[in-house]
Amino acid sequence: MKVLMTGNEALARGAYEAGCHIATGYPGTPSTEILENLAKYKEVLSQWAPNEKVAAEVAAGVSATGGRVIVTMKVVGLNVAMDPLMTMSYLGTRGGLVFVVADDPGCSSSQTEQDNRLIAKFAKIPLIEPSDSQECKDFMKDAFEISEKFDVPVMVRMTTRTCHSKSLVELGERTEVEVTPYVRTRKYCSSPAAARVNHAKLEKMLPELEEYSNTSRLNRIEWGDKKIGIITAGASYQHAKAAFGDSASYLKIGLSNKLPMKLIKEFASQVEKLYVIEENEPMMEDQIRLAGFECTGRDRLTPLYDLTPQILKESLLDEKKAPAYTVEAALPPRPPVLCAGCPHRSIFYAVSKHKKAVAANDIGCYTLGFVPPLDVTDTIVCMGAGITAGLGMERLFRRTGQDKKVFGFIGDSTFFHSGITGLLDAVWNGSNMAICILDNRTTAMTGHQENPGTGHTLMGEEAPMIDIRKLVLGLGVPEDHIREVNAYDMTEVQQAVDDAAKAEGVFVIINKQPCALLKSNMKARAGMRCFVDQEKCKKCKACMKIGCPAVISKDNRVSIDETQCNGCTLCLQQCPFNAIRKEGFEK
Amino acid sequence: MTKRILMAGVGGQGTILTSKVLSEGLIQEGYDVKMCEIHGMAQRGGSVTTQIVFGEEVYSTCINTGEADVLIAFEKAEAARFLPNLKEGGKLIVNDLEIYSLPVLTGAVKYPEHLEDLITAAVPDVIILNANKIAADLGNSKAQNIVLLGVLVKALGLEEIDWEAIICRFVPEKLQDLNKKAFQAGLTA
Repeated sequence: MKVLMTGNEALARGAYEAGCHIATGYPGTPSTEILENLAKYKEVLSQWAPNEKVAAEVAAGVSATGGRVIVTMKVVGLNVAMDPLMTMSYLGTRGGLVFVVADDPGCSSSQTEQDNRLIAKFAKIPLIEPSDSQECKDFMKDAFEISEKFDVPVMVRMTTRTCHSKSLVELGERTEVEVTPYVRTRKYCSSPAAARVNHAKLEKMLPELEEYSNTSRLNRIEWGDKKIGIITAGASYQHAKAAFGDSASYLKIGLSNKLPMKLIKEFASQVEKLYVIEENEPMMEDQIRLAGFECTGRDRLTPLYDLTPQILKESLLDEKKAPAYTVEAALPPRPPVLCAGCPHRSIFYAVSKHKKAVAANDIGCYTLGFVPPLDVTDTIVCMGAGITAGLGMERLFRRTGQDKKVFGFIGDSTFFHSGITGLLDAVWNGSNMAICILDNRTTAMTGHQENPGTGHTLMGEEAPMIDIRKLVLGLGVPEDHIREVNAYDMTEVQQAVDDAAKAEGVFVIINKQPCALLKSNMKARAGMRCFVDQEKCKKCKACMKIGCPAVISKDNRVSIDETQCNGCTLCLQQCPFNAIRKEGFEK
Repeated sequence: MTKRILMAGVGGQGTILTSKVLSEGLIQEGYDVKMCEIHGMAQRGGSVTTQIVFGEEVYSTCINTGEADVLIAFEKAEAARFLPNLKEGGKLIVNDLEIYSLPVLTGAVKYPEHLEDLITAAVPDVIILNANKIAADLGNSKAQNIVLLGVLVKALGLEEIDWEAIICRFVPEKLQDLNKKAFQAGLTA
């Protein structure tokens, strides 16, 4: 039976069919749906970890005791997991261990478009690049086998386009893989003495991997016209086929570390002109050039964005297509915004009133606090830096006598991911920073995943609900410097922000309300909305200062879009003329 | 013969669901189908596009300048934004609806006036209709996406597929009647 699947669904199916025992990871676009789909198969224990480093280390333990395991993460997630990855390549595997890393050329939802294929090469581990959903499923089986055969973790490198494109997949059955009883071994103990031996072992493995790559079914030649020969991998293969069709021959690479140099030689020697088509870094091209084959690639192709057939045609074939139709109109941009009813809105608005405020922000929905009219954000670095970058700013302001107040913003899931150690630093080394933990009871930006604070696991089981207040208290923040507030109560939020602005020492505000888009919350607030009493409205537009997309001003009439409004009342609380009223109650 | 359908709308309008229903119908009809739904940061409010490419054997899901056989825009400004992707002689379907982004709401930029006139003047093969109003008259404006699906199915000449059965696989039971009616309304619009 053939089923239409995204690459992510197909990877999950592939891991299931390959007998995977345990799956772990941290949510991040475009990788999130891999584990969400794997959780549907009860034969595999699938769990979210608090962060990618934890996930990778859990995977190391599973593999060392003989289980097949995958660990999933987005592009920058691998940066967090680098520490265990680098050692795991030395230690090797017992059960197959697969890192699924979803890169994001074009940065559709990431801070960098780093090409993690270079990390696979750097870590000296096999690298597999599927091109469509069928390959996502099929190659997962190869990934486990290669990991076990060569005693090393394997990276399956995805990109946004392969993750989120749907194509037809032929399903198979699950093959159970037996776990043999654990026998004690020193193999997985990393000491300097062992590391020297393991490094040598790894170097010895690489030529064997290259030999395997030459005959692997993952690498194949598709002969067409031999005037042009294209070496390509991943999503680029699809774009190349769409752009060149039968007018070229293809060496489609599925196992790109190590590259199959014999196969490349066979291919290159039979075509008139050689192209290497790959996104971002010239990873394959550099090696092909080094082996003495002249080729066209990065000299004509941009290292930016994700490629498209159009870019290939323009860059390699000098074919430029003009649009058939256009209209002359200045079109309004649609920047992402905090949703109507978003509980993050109030605290950004409260902080925006403090002219001395400098804000460190973090990765998640609250990143959108930087969008005008809220316009509160000075730095966004990476997960956790909503606290730590703020610490740095606050320390320099203090040492150089600058009268500023640093606020930090971080979400609940992000606080668990990598905010805790930052707060520890704040308490230990001292800081006058105000840290706002925006607790919306979910991992919202990636589409509502469970986290240690939600009381449930990925597979839907009940779990202990970590109490953020107690955690903050345990990290050493004094009780009178912790404030839990109702994010929908503007007065309460403003009071907490004003108090934090005056406070000496670390001050933590925990801003609480569930995400407006959580299904349970949408149900509970279904009958609730705010509306404008047109007779009382003086068009002062105070309600619009909070930047809610449901509050609309058109033809000198202010109204509230009832399809978006969830009755959070932040606009109502801004109105000096009592012209906004609320109807309905939370169920 | 490969056909390319580009759907453009605003987050929350149901473009992705519409693409899924369309893709399932095309698979039933025996086509090789690829669909891409790259979605950006915000859950709601941003531009959303989906690409459906179908034919005997299809490769990239990208739809480039002048390549879309049909551009179906769930919102007027999105029709104008993605118009360069429509191929010469291609069909444009536009939902006569304005959704204001935050820069429009705050007055930083203006939503262009008479966009429907500019679009009609630019494209020979165009259908403009208010799918939201049609759906609202049937009971719920949110079914506008299925009204538009009906229009699209007619434009593609694929009426013989049992679309109602496929729609019912994707929408909850209590909304099935509404969506069937919405689909029929689109077919006859």
